[in-house]
Amino acid sequence: MLAVRDLAVRFGGVTALERVSFDVRPGSITSVIGPNGAGKTTAFNAITGYLRPSGGRITYDRLPLTGLRPSAIARRGIVRTFQKTSVFPALSVEDNVLTGLHLRGTAGFLGILAGRRRLVAEELALAVEAASIIDFVGLMHRRREIAGALPYGEQRLVELAVALAARPRLLLLDEPGAGMTGAEKMVVSGLIRRVREQGVTILLVEHDMRMVMGISDTVIVLNGGRVIAEGAPEAIQAHPEVIRAYLGGSAGSA
Amino acid sequence: MTRAGGWLLVMAALTLPLWIQSPYHLHVAIMAGIFGVLAMSLNLLLGYTGQLSLGHAAFFGIGAYTSALLTLKLEWSFWPALAAAVALAGAAGFFIGRLALKLRGAYFVLVTISFAGVISLVSINWIELTNGPLGLPGVPAPELGPWSLRTKTAYYYLVLAAVVLSYLVCRRLVRSRFGRALVALRENEPLAESVGVDVTRYLVLAAVVSAAMAGLGGSLYAHYTRFVSPEVFLFTYTVTMVIMVVAGGKGTLAGPLVGAVLFTVLPEALRAAASWQWQMLAYGVLLILLVFFLPRGIVPRLIAAFPPRR
Repeated sequence: MLAVRDLAVRFGGVTALERVSFDVRPGSITSVIGPNGAGKTTAFNAITGYLRPSGGRITYDRLPLTGLRPSAIARRGIVRTFQKTSVFPALSVEDNVLTGLHLRGTAGFLGILAGRRRLVAEELALAVEAASIIDFVGLMHRRREIAGALPYGEQRLVELAVALAARPRLLLLDEPGAGMTGAEKMVVSGLIRRVREQGVTILLVEHDMRMVMGISDTVIVLNGGRVIAEGAPEAIQAHPEVIRAYLGGSAGSA
Repeated sequence: MTRAGGWLLVMAALTLPLWIQSPYHLHVAIMAGIFGVLAMSLNLLLGYTGQLSLGHAAFFGIGAYTSALLTLKLEWSFWPALAAAVALAGAAGFFIGRLALKLRGAYFVLVTISFAGVISLVSINWIELTNGPLGLPGVPAPELGPWSLRTKTAYYYLVLAAVVLSYLVCRRLVRSRFGRALVALRENEPLAESVGVDVTRYLVLAAVVSAAMAGLGGSLYAHYTRFVSPEVFLFTYTVTMVIMVVAGGKGTLAGPLVGAVLFTVLPEALRAAASWQWQMLAYGVLLILLVFFLPRGIVPRLIAAFPPRR
């Protein structure tokens, strides 16, 4: 279980997050919503080690994550995607996913230099695994193409495939539906559900309310760096403070 | 490149001394080989991790001085001296890698330039050890068992063996999860971290291998020219390596070798063809044309023209 306690992030004099606490139950799909600037991505960055919190604790299965490098956090099974499309642009879809499989490889530096025979078998196994992940996101017909040249929606799928390759137990998705067409969003929602069925816990930041309310078990609402509401989608939709945050105080930003 | 083409090249390289009689031409081939090792070494950093080392001559020079000093002052034989040159240059690479751990782009370049500057000053001013600007003459020619590798033909094969070894090391590393981690660093560092690639660890390892390989080139150079002076640290050497890697095709296995052969042979050919005023001008114009028409290098252009079957 991911537990965030009193998380605070300050940039100089600006407080991005102020004593934020929440839990993410294993096996759930939990969404973080809130107006622009509420601190959603900042929370993601703090959880995954891309920025050091000014205060508070983040633990995963009771072990602290604070102070670890992103790669060490990934090794613990927590993998994220990025708000802006983020692939290895000059590599083929296949090589993108192979790179995502980094932690699944066991070949060490000296073993590689010595050219051990078992490495050939390992490379083959990794290629098979890459193919099955590419198939899962439905990009088999694009596997040899350069990721940076794909249409936007497909690049987001490559990004998801790279993250899945790292075998997450907890997957953090930063606006997986941003900039996608309605049909593409349906595909992504379906994929997210199927990933959860495989036992992966999902935490996502998303602006599309239909998507959030459709797939989430729990919704956490951030505003002004604080959690203002937390609960099941139906309860959140009726929550007076949430309605005020979206329609009242900061109209137009949501 | 097709397999048959590759074997044809290997055969040509193996029989080269039979084809060319002139010691001068063989000298050019030896220098092309030494620069081939250096260019491949730089390519590991510049081509795969995307980090430009503009102090690469430092590792080359450390290799040259280590090998020369050990054979001259401690009377080591060539092979252990060569190994020590590789090891010491590799250690210097580790030092630079650790120093530049969090530095990328222009800052990485600055650290490497400064390092080369410092090492160069040491070689000039530590006169008791290095003989200062006068340099170290009389570096012995290598021996292999009872045979001396004094002749150009023998030395050609020694250098060829080093080229093949370096190429194989690069190929194995690049076509593994190690190589993918380096490319991930070049392509998108935050994303690489997010899937568990410990980026700094791989950058340090790449710097060690790259520097060690440059040290190998340095040792071969010292025992070939039989003379080492602070000139081995000249910025020109680094620039030449960069030109070879970029023109040949950075981030490809064959690119640095193609670049090394081209830019060792080209100045010599120009020397034969034109008077000295025109040589550098022609060299410059050719370089501009290359960058203009083949911005990604010769080998990537060839691969695009003749895509490999998969």
